[in-house]
Amino acid sequence: MNKSISNIFSGEAVFLDKANVDTDQIIPKQFLKSIKRTGFGPNLFDAWRYLDKGDLNSDNTKRKLNPDFILNHDLYKSCNILITRENFGCGSSREHAVWALTDYGFTTIIAPSFADIFKNNSYKNGLLLIEVDKEKIDEIFTQITEKKTINIEVDVHNQFIYLEEKQIPFELDDFKKKFLLDGIDEVGFTLQHQNKIEDFEKNYKKTVPWLFK
Amino acid sequence: MNNPNPKTLYDKLWDTHFVGSRSDNGDLLYIDLHMVHEVTSPQAFEGLKIKGIVPRRVDSIVATVDHNVPTTDRSKGLSGIKDSISRDQIQALQINCHDFGIDLIDLKDLNQGIVHVVGPEQGFTQPGMTIVCGDSHTSTHGAFGCLAMGIGTSEVEHVLATQCLVMNKQKNMRISINGPLKKNVFAKDLTMFLIGKIGTAGGTGHVIEYDGSTIESLSMEGRMTVCNMAIEAGARAGMIAPDQKTFDYLKSKPHSPKGNEYETALKYWKTFHSDENSNFDTVHNFFAEEIEPQVTWGTSPEMVIGVKDRIPSKEDYTSQTERNNFEAALDYMGLNAGDSLENYSLDQIFIGSCTNSRIEDLRKAAEILDGNVISKKIKRALIVPGSGLVKKQAEEEGLHETFISSGFEWREPGCSMCLGMNPDQLGEKERCASTSNRNFEGRQGHLGRTHLVSPAMAAAAALAGNFIDISS
Ligand code: SF4
Repeated sequence: MNKSISNIFSGEAVFLDKANVDTDQIIPKQFLKSIKRTGFGPNLFDAWRYLDKGDLNSDNTKRKLNPDFILNHDLYKSCNILITRENFGCGSSREHAVWALTDYGFTTIIAPSFADIFKNNSYKNGLLLIEVDKEKIDEIFTQITEKKTINIEVDVHNQFIYLEEKQIPFELDDFKKKFLLDGIDEVGFTLQHQNKIEDFEKNYKKTVPWLFK
Repeated sequence: MNNPNPKTLYDKLWDTHFVGSRSDNGDLLYIDLHMVHEVTSPQAFEGLKIKGIVPRRVDSIVATVDHNVPTTDRSKGLSGIKDSISRDQIQALQINCHDFGIDLIDLKDLNQGIVHVVGPEQGFTQPGMTIVCGDSHTSTHGAFGCLAMGIGTSEVEHVLATQCLVMNKQKNMRISINGPLKKNVFAKDLTMFLIGKIGTAGGTGHVIEYDGSTIESLSMEGRMTVCNMAIEAGARAGMIAPDQKTFDYLKSKPHSPKGNEYETALKYWKTFHSDENSNFDTVHNFFAEEIEPQVTWGTSPEMVIGVKDRIPSKEDYTSQTERNNFEAALDYMGLNAGDSLENYSLDQIFIGSCTNSRIEDLRKAAEILDGNVISKKIKRALIVPGSGLVKKQAEEEGLHETFISSGFEWREPGCSMCLGMNPDQLGEKERCASTSNRNFEGRQGHLGRTHLVSPAMAAAAALAGNFIDISS
């Protein structure tokens, strides 16, 4: 069973004002040597968050935090919604990026666009991605700059977010929604369709016998 | 007679591998080849073990070690790896392959190398196939007319267990490039130029097919370089229709079909091309003569210019976000707006990675280095061949002697300083001319500064100690 998310939830948002945030930034390579799926949270945005260079052996509690990085501000320390600019999650296919974001405590990311592989990795780990057009993101940015903090309510079932009395709709594929809400084990679910795979394979093998050894 | 139902190459690949839709509308796409490496697989194998499932078709899986491996002496095998965490990860792959009966091209194997170099050179990669690997540069294999996509670790587990990938069909994009390339302009310059034009999100949601006379004129190595960086243009897959060059390339490869089977396969392979009048959602056209030798100046592959061009200025950007991004990149890279890149000294040179570590790349570098010595400004220059076979071929041609006498270090195959998971890394603020594919902050080492270039430019820059115009 994978992690499931609630139908309706709310949270405080932090704004990371950068476009093209790549997965090397989200979780630098030295942490990819771990063979686990957990424990990546303290190293989320590692190079921006700390002033020194860390690795898997570092004691993160002893490292010096970068006071200029937004996630280190007291106001934003317990935020669970990340708002950012376009093309978030571009670059490498490392799922560790998603594991780091969820392990840190983010439930939702709101941006004008996300990279394709990152999108797939996210829903499989219960991380909700919400695409909202550029102009709306600009508005939210202005609001956050003025008010410092904002609360956002997310209605996954009806596909709306609510902020400051505004209702913004968002798109979500049926199958992604189902997985997010039900936290289904995807391998098990596909295996319920095993007949289809077997039928396909039987015919396909006749077409390309050299690919079966 | 007009074809009533013209299809693109991608349409054909999709249709021949479409298994069916699940009850939740997720489509199941059948996967022919699954390449596995040590970094993104341990959690997937663990998932299988927990669920008590075995891989559906071990005959479709090939594993190798590349990301973590040291590029210095390998004679001691696993015990020669100093970093214990890297060692554990490589060992985990060895154990998983052993437990599940998967073929592993291991550390000391002559065929070991970067997964995207090994696949094609062993003939695992063939036209008409679907290929996945837990690595975004899987797009490389699209050069053979296959649908090759990078996947995450949960997807690795899913493909191992079910032989299928869950996705919905993406859009078709065609990028046509026509005309001859200028002197000292290569496939790498071409692919970087395209990213500069369409942007790193330009291909998002699409599969890109490259065509046109320029693409046709490229060798298979060059085509792989182009498709390799499709992911840097935001597309999960890039592809080129197979032609006689593709078929000739495959004829002698160890794992491609032989004899009668080759003839049958050949007939099948020839069906994989876009039909006339097939429909593309997005189309771009370029002329090769527009392309100069390219160098990236910033921290995203789209931040690229011709070597003779000036670094942009703030005024070149309209929105505040773009300006902020521009300034952050310039600051990180230690450059001045409007300057020439030729004014900055380089500290390191890296020739390697799945983008540019094939024999053709090494020959090009050797041609430029021939008989010359690298600049005193350069602290370290590395040449890391893409595989053991590339290394052997280069040594048979004597290229390694040129490299060593010019001052380069000649290393063992692996990903090396493309991502610096092993000891090959940049120091803080060190500036590097690199033939790899990503210039992200910290990619080659904490606070390191990466400029992406072709192998010819990297070699020329090693001699000069800074970038120079190689087009004249
Ligand atoms: S060479 Fe670089 S880009 Fe290619 S597979 Fe290795 S790490 Fe990834």
